[in-house]
Amino acid sequence: MTERLESREKVTGTARYAFEYPVENVAYVAAVQASVGRGEITAVGTEAAMALPGVLAVLSCENAPRLSDPPDGELAVFQSRTVSYRGQFVAAVVGETLETAREAARLVHVEYAPEAPDVRLRTDHPSLYQPGKVNPVFPADTEQGEPEEVFNNSAVRVDVTYTTPAEHNNPMEPHATIALWDEHGYLTLYDSTQGASTVQSMVAQTFGLDPSHVRVVAPHVGGGFGSKGIPKPNVVLAAMAAGAAGRPVKFAVPRQQMYATTGYRTPTIQRLRLGADNDGRLNAILHDVVEQTSTVKEFAEQTATPTRVMYQAPHRRTSHRLVPLDVPTPSWMRAPGETPGMYALESVMDELAIATGIDPIELRIRNDTDREPESGLPFSSRNLVACLQEGAARFGWAGRDPATGVRWEGRKLIGTGVAASTYPAYMSPNRAIARAEPDGTFTVRIAAADIGTGARTALALIAAETLKADLGDVRVELGDSAFPRASVAGGSSGTAGWGTAVVRACEALRAKLNGAVAGGRGGSSHAGNGAIPPEGLEAAADTGAELKAREKYARHAFGAQFAEVEVDADTGEVRVRRMLGVFAAGRIINPATARSQFIGGMTMGVGMALLEESVMDEEFGDFLNRDLAQYHVPACADVRDIDAAWVEESDPHLNPMGSKGIGEIGIVGAAAAVGNAVHHATGIRVRHLPITPATLLPDL
Amino acid sequence: MDSESTPVHADITLVVNGREHRLSVDTRASLLDVLREDLGLTGSKKGCDHGQCGACTILIGGRRANGCLALAVAHDGADIVTVEGLARDGRLSPVQEAFIEQDAFQCGYCTPGQLCSATGMLDEAGQGWPSTVTGDLGSEPVLDDDEIRERMSGNLCRCGAYVGIVAALREASRRKEAAEA
Ligand code: FES
Ligand code: FES
Repeated sequence: MTERLESREKVTGTARYAFEYPVENVAYVAAVQASVGRGEITAVGTEAAMALPGVLAVLSCENAPRLSDPPDGELAVFQSRTVSYRGQFVAAVVGETLETAREAARLVHVEYAPEAPDVRLRTDHPSLYQPGKVNPVFPADTEQGEPEEVFNNSAVRVDVTYTTPAEHNNPMEPHATIALWDEHGYLTLYDSTQGASTVQSMVAQTFGLDPSHVRVVAPHVGGGFGSKGIPKPNVVLAAMAAGAAGRPVKFAVPRQQMYATTGYRTPTIQRLRLGADNDGRLNAILHDVVEQTSTVKEFAEQTATPTRVMYQAPHRRTSHRLVPLDVPTPSWMRAPGETPGMYALESVMDELAIATGIDPIELRIRNDTDREPESGLPFSSRNLVACLQEGAARFGWAGRDPATGVRWEGRKLIGTGVAASTYPAYMSPNRAIARAEPDGTFTVRIAAADIGTGARTALALIAAETLKADLGDVRVELGDSAFPRASVAGGSSGTAGWGTAVVRACEALRAKLNGAVAGGRGGSSHAGNGAIPPEGLEAAADTGAELKAREKYARHAFGAQFAEVEVDADTGEVRVRRMLGVFAAGRIINPATARSQFIGGMTMGVGMALLEESVMDEEFGDFLNRDLAQYHVPACADVRDIDAAWVEESDPHLNPMGSKGIGEIGIVGAAAAVGNAVHHATGIRVRHLPITPATLLPDL
Repeated sequence: MDSESTPVHADITLVVNGREHRLSVDTRASLLDVLREDLGLTGSKKGCDHGQCGACTILIGGRRANGCLALAVAHDGADIVTVEGLARDGRLSPVQEAFIEQDAFQCGYCTPGQLCSATGMLDEAGQGWPSTVTGDLGSEPVLDDDEIRERMSGNLCRCGAYVGIVAALREASRRKEAAEA
């Protein structure tokens, strides 16, 4: 158990986030959003805004500099007169103060030739299409055997449609940037990002700069959950505004503007068909998904991909269809794909358990598999069954009465539910350097991000172990694109990818140190490790080749989630009384922060199950609920007893640490466990999230 | 141009973490923005600017308040404590210590607000203030987990550190009582 290395900074308020760097002569940006859902900008009236004392610049499609090569449509800020969705940034003001900028933004008058926006996701939309791939690089459709036919001939058939709403990441720190150009045309960005290197290269491409002329600094990031995985328009807007004003600027996207401009989880419509024998063995699984993207940029959530991994079944089909709508662009939100997909799959497994009269844990065990069903590859490790069994023992599952709607405590109905979790053990190529300092300490540098995951601490533990040094003698510096290039804090791949580079750099450093001893070089002596020259000794690593040479295995983490709920029979209010997650995620590097990650994911899962829904305004476009008073994330009183545990898992096929990612799996399956518990409590099967009093009351 | 668009400034005095500051503030400026942008006290965070998240929670005259909802000009002479003022002479407060021990945060962005809120909350409970979950309004409220959760629900944490936050405050309140006994 190691406390976060930046704990003291975080509890004393000295940890600096993007907006908080002292920059001289800084000005402030406020943005204007499109007030129509689709159309053309016909005029931008800036006179009133410009007349305000303290206004330095107004930017829009009428005067914005031409960008070089924005890598995606969302980054082509102010490059066209077309409005692609309501809430899109259409103008911005730079002012001497926050108050002036905000007032001036109110005075910018944008005129439009509006058209009716098309914003409603439906399965019979004429523009439905098959994307070339789904995020990040999976085929849109897969098929094995004769799923339709086998399904139709199965003894037990479940054929249901689940829908999930749009949801917003809502990190507590808004997307924020300070942008500074120096006299040589070099750009520095203090940015709230999950990937300094990614922002560096994408912003460089956008402005036609050499990447080495862009520096991105982000040592502390107030959460992201995917929305800060790649730069969003606010970053480009800030850099552009700083150029226009000839001064450094700050731009934090106001909470209300985040809903349209910084990404969200697509709503999904998922038809699932499970065909099984009477003993619950699956013969066929069909998972057909419809979801949305914007007209600016394609984002195809990989919702059906967990169905390719979870259970044995000789006949299987998965498919994804997209509808491009006049809506904000969806993007990554914690476990994209697995989160909505496993909500549906694990709810349907519960339906199958009831249809076959088999205990839901036993049903999952019967359909376990030691090879990844679609690829046929062996799993590097798969301990789903161990998680289910360990969880069942801890949670007190044995002897559960499957009858629904029968356990009363006063006017409350009580029920329990279970669901499985899974998440791929991704890993990306990375670079790192390790340094031995003359004073006997070590420094590790990598452009990784600690968005609250505990990455800084985990990497320090990994470095200390490799160097055989005390943790206190290891300093990890991250969150700066000036450090060796690192992959994004996404796909739960950070510790695996960055950690491997850190291990290799530290190993190389040890070899050098040993060489320095053997060669008898001068300098200060170092803990018996050798002699360190005054400038220090440095070693670098690049894991690109190592990754390419990896053996072929299916690498995934698994888990089991248990929930107990109470449902108020008079109000329809659902309360999660207790929740337990048991995970198999390889070696856990730091139990303290790992537990927080799992519980944090499960907490977001409670929000998904019961609270979170972004409602599309079908007449005017954009989301109706655009703040934290109307978009409900779990509050302290919503979370009672949530606990997480893990089974020992030793897997030699992963990486030098033996670790799988843990940042996302906590949310996967959580909503299904809660929904299954609601069914057990009430007998009501809700197939749409969130489960609210309004959905339950008519049937209670 | 609207005449109400022209900035108006006012001179005020704020005592922040025991230090007096004389300032000329834009009458539209929130206390939060004055702390962060004018005084460089960026420990207090802005999560929503609308009183909906609690990231900006500070203590005004010892009571917790949302800095984003407080107009600076209306707080001339106010005595303010921010997260930067919770530690004394480099020693963390019991609440800060308990947060570290229980890993009651991840990204840390809601944390300054949680800490100020918790500090104010423990005082309120100590003074016998009830909450909506207090059963018997006649007797001294006992700060059990339900009371802590209710009283801390004005401070959102998207990282989902509530389990740790409640554990930390259980511990901090126990220590506070032990110290007072
Ligand atoms: S910033 Fe004040 S409550 Fe959110
Ligand atoms: S610690 Fe990240 S929002 Fe609370």
